[in-house]
Amino acid sequence: MESLTFRHTTKKPLPGSVPNAITGVVASGNLEILLERVLPPDACEVAIETPIAGYGAVWEAVVADFVARAQPGGLRISINDGGARPDTVSLRLLQGARLMEA
Amino acid sequence: MTQWRGEREARDARIAAGRAHADGKVVPAGSVVDLLEAVLRPGDRVCLEGDNQKQADCLARGLAACDPGKVHDLHMVQSGIVLPEHLDVFETGIAKRLDYSYSGPQGARIAKMLYGGQIELGAVHTYLELFARYFVDLTPHVALIAGVSADRDGNLYTGPNTEDTPTVVEATAFKNGVVIAQVNQIVDQVPRVDIPGDRVDFVVEADTPFYVEPLFTRDPAAMTETQILIAMMAIKGIYAEYGIRRLNHGIGFGTAAIELLLPTYGEKLGLKGQICTHWALNPHPTLIPAIESGWVQQVHCFGSEVGMDRYIRARPDIFFTGADGSLRSNRAFCQTAGLYACDMFIGATLQIDLMGHSSTITQSRVAGFGGAPNMGSDPHGRRHPSDAWMKAGREGQVVGDPALMRGRKLVVQLVETFGEKLVPTFVEKLDALELAKKIGLELAPVMIYADDVTHIVTEEGIANLLLCRDADEREQAIRGVAGYTDVGRGRDRAKVEELRARGVIRRPEDLGIEPLDADRALLAAKSIKDLVHWSGGLYEPPAKFRNW
Repeated sequence: MESLTFRHTTKKPLPGSVPNAITGVVASGNLEILLERVLPPDACEVAIETPIAGYGAVWEAVVADFVARAQPGGLRISINDGGARPDTVSLRLLQGARLMEA
Repeated sequence: MTQWRGEREARDARIAAGRAHADGKVVPAGSVVDLLEAVLRPGDRVCLEGDNQKQADCLARGLAACDPGKVHDLHMVQSGIVLPEHLDVFETGIAKRLDYSYSGPQGARIAKMLYGGQIELGAVHTYLELFARYFVDLTPHVALIAGVSADRDGNLYTGPNTEDTPTVVEATAFKNGVVIAQVNQIVDQVPRVDIPGDRVDFVVEADTPFYVEPLFTRDPAAMTETQILIAMMAIKGIYAEYGIRRLNHGIGFGTAAIELLLPTYGEKLGLKGQICTHWALNPHPTLIPAIESGWVQQVHCFGSEVGMDRYIRARPDIFFTGADGSLRSNRAFCQTAGLYACDMFIGATLQIDLMGHSSTITQSRVAGFGGAPNMGSDPHGRRHPSDAWMKAGREGQVVGDPALMRGRKLVVQLVETFGEKLVPTFVEKLDALELAKKIGLELAPVMIYADDVTHIVTEEGIANLLLCRDADEREQAIRGVAGYTDVGRGRDRAKVEELRARGVIRRPEDLGIEPLDADRALLAAKSIKDLVHWSGGLYEPPAKFRNW
């Protein structure tokens, strides 16, 4: 098990007012994401628990691209990973952000 | 004095020796070993029909049970290494040398035996290439083939999996070779004559029906959103763009997803009748919804697929069928169709390097090529134009007289940036090169060479390699769609953005595709059961795909 945390400053808060959302499932090759609107509007924190060690640089890149694209200010995001591939992680993060914008 | 009939006399002697174990041409299953020991000579070239799907398994067991003191040092020339017996014969010394095309299920064991020097390897061929050599320098002395039924004269019905049989028999029977067929049943009259009886010397009634591998059934339930996104990009960014009507699909989940998106996403884009009308393709169950929705005009098949027989019989306007109603497939002709009469090949691979060379060989598996290198290549012998072919030709032409321009086949690699267990698809160096060095191959086993590849599609976007003007652009175009692999993260971001501005790289948003719309709801069938419904109950999936 490896724990990783990435903190970013965003240019704007994520639109919408949904307080929290969950998407995905903890299954092999998949992941579960909990999103909570609990941080200041220009802050985003992503905490990851993954069973596969050694992919820190990939996680860092995936999270940075997600933050640049979605501008998820105000969100604390907790990821429970089941060995998902980076493209699946990106997709779930974007799906989660869309749920929060509803 | 010159002897002109030596081969013919040898053949007659083999047949006479075999007749001792036969009643006319018919040999009981219990006498297979005796028959083979009587007919075979040490050092013979033998084709033991191992196709992509249909397997002469009774004869394979018989060959493996022969006495290596009598039958030894055979040179096996067969397209598929599929059954354990195909390799067992090399362990006992019955066989020594091998020329083949495809070894899917035995890929790991064949790699081990090559490393261990138990097999003297000629070459790993494409299907067409091996078939061609049957007529030049790898003509079999003995062919061991499989069919559904035969009459006592040897007239043979292959069933819908005709596959390689006519090619193998042609090369053997007309060049002084001996043809031995195993059939499930001896009948008074065969449903149709796929192989005329005067080309078949012995018929063995097998103890069990021959084995057929369901190779092309992809369960829609296992399709991911990433595969759906890639399929959407391919349809909109390549099929629609070039107006691809004549094509061949690989057998992976990515192309199966495209088949399932035609009646939904393709319909929405107004592409029905504009794309995907004529196919060189096995009867993929996932094509059923597109056929039923009126997208498909005709399909010629390499082989058949388990469970599709009744459906095919009910759709003779679409498929090639015999007077008896069942499918007539033919691997050699369909490969030729895929090579010369299709404007696009699209399929997956396991590794792509920085120039776009691809390989399905990893250090522990030698899967062989099958047909991909032929269909996934630009045939320089083509001389008929089509809009898709000419458009690709224009995009790829950099210098030279436009009046002498020729077209280009589209060769598309459809891959996810990471494979199973987070293994990256994009690599600096193909494992195939390491393998070639390790077992001393003169030619590295590359599946599709970079100069044949025109497009690479991943979940990150489409790279159009036709538009790249030098090696550096090509490398950055590939890195630019390689996602979060090391190769992808090693990109020159400024160069990639420049390529994107020129349309060399196109992202989902450049194509008007929202990645979050890549939903399983878009699949015309979401399960095998849905496919059965689409077929009106005619498709009968094999047991392992039934989960209801």
